[in-house]
Amino acid sequence: MSAKKETVGYTVTVAFLVCLVCAIVVSVAAVSLRSTQKLNAELDMKTNILASADLLEPGKTVEESFEQIETRVIDLETGKFADDIDAATFDQRKAASDPARSEKLSDDPAGIIRQENHSLVYIVRDTAGEVDKVILPIRGYGLWSTLYGFVALESDLNTIAGLGFYEHGETPGLGGEVDNERWKAQWPGKQVYLDGDVEITITKGGAADASSPYEVDGLSGATLTTRGVDNFVKFWLGERGFQPFLQNLAAGEA
Amino acid sequence: MAKTKEIMVNPLFNNNPIGLQILGICSALAVTTSLQVSLVMTAAVVFVTAFSNLFVSMIRNYIPSSIRIIVQMTIIASLVILVDQMLKAFAYEMSKQLSVFVGLIITNCIVMGRAEAFAMQNPPGMSFLDGVGNGLGYGVVLVFVGAFRELFGTGKLLGLEILPLTTEGGWYEANGLMLLAPAAFFLIGGFIWIIRTWKPEQVEAPEFKIKPNVAKEAQ
Repeated sequence: MSAKKETVGYTVTVAFLVCLVCAIVVSVAAVSLRSTQKLNAELDMKTNILASADLLEPGKTVEESFEQIETRVIDLETGKFADDIDAATFDQRKAASDPARSEKLSDDPAGIIRQENHSLVYIVRDTAGEVDKVILPIRGYGLWSTLYGFVALESDLNTIAGLGFYEHGETPGLGGEVDNERWKAQWPGKQVYLDGDVEITITKGGAADASSPYEVDGLSGATLTTRGVDNFVKFWLGERGFQPFLQNLAAGEA
Repeated sequence: MAKTKEIMVNPLFNNNPIGLQILGICSALAVTTSLQVSLVMTAAVVFVTAFSNLFVSMIRNYIPSSIRIIVQMTIIASLVILVDQMLKAFAYEMSKQLSVFVGLIITNCIVMGRAEAFAMQNPPGMSFLDGVGNGLGYGVVLVFVGAFRELFGTGKLLGLEILPLTTEGGWYEANGLMLLAPAAFFLIGGFIWIIRTWKPEQVEAPEFKIKPNVAKEAQ
């Protein structure tokens, strides 16, 4: 160790140079890769939206399949379209944590703590311009984590067309089985509302009455995860969630 | 030449960072639920240990010893961010599965340990190889544990069905324990046991011996 190496000036210079080089490397990487990363994230989200409504067609790219989908923002309270908000830039997760654009829930069955005032919805229209499918974002707490997903409804706005999650941290093999195709296959065809109330329920594993259009089998060994899913599916499809919007949409008043 | 080969191969079994040095256990528990994730994590760790060793070794004669740990950390952290950014851009699905664990390579004791113990004293070429070797040594354990956990936990390897599950109409009842962190403890323990049976010289001398239990007459 030479004496020169231990002077304060030398130490500061070395520290500065190392930081400078590292900072340049990191920022170049971050800036040059940002557009690719953003594209990936968008593509991933679109894939999830399409997958939940079973609209992914083999032989077609995600972008092509997504063209048929209309992205809109709605006001959750009034259940009407909020066209003053640009759907392309609306970040629902940010909105949910922004005190100015969300509400703290006192009664919180979905375990989401804050609910945003506005939500994105994805509408698929047929050639005549009539609503063919509606895809709604849902989320809520399972056992360990918040599950993020979509539920898709058929044109009667009552029959489920599909359900899927794109982000969760549940135990693989147990609660993580919410991603299992065989479990998800139970959902399409189930009915949500009976006389204006949310009727759909997830039962205990294996206890669902197969003839009932309102019962979905829970996952054995994942009681708490399925209880969570049950709670937040009911919450989001209920009157504090998308029900006002769906009623308006059915009446043509959205 | 013989020495370079030794530097590369030794960490695989003779001086395995997990098996003998017992470093990097934390991430070995978290990222070994499937083989594919283990492989990507291995590649990421090999990259980071190799290059952090290389760069630390290149500037080792200029680093003032009072701030050497911080300099090492800065280099390691930059490399880890680089890997994370690359994964997000070119292997998005994978980066989602690895999530925070790529970032946590920074805290992986192997990387830091090799930079401090080897790269600070050895020339760049050797340090680079030492990094590759230690990264691979970590990878051997990761792949071993990952393959076991995926096969017995989900009946699959790399997503391909090997043991048909009862839930899918097959005969194999998946072992849920394999997918939880404790299974990795058992497997890593088993791995260390196997290595030390094969190479008894790795067994540490006991720190103390319990005296034989001699029954005494009550007085």
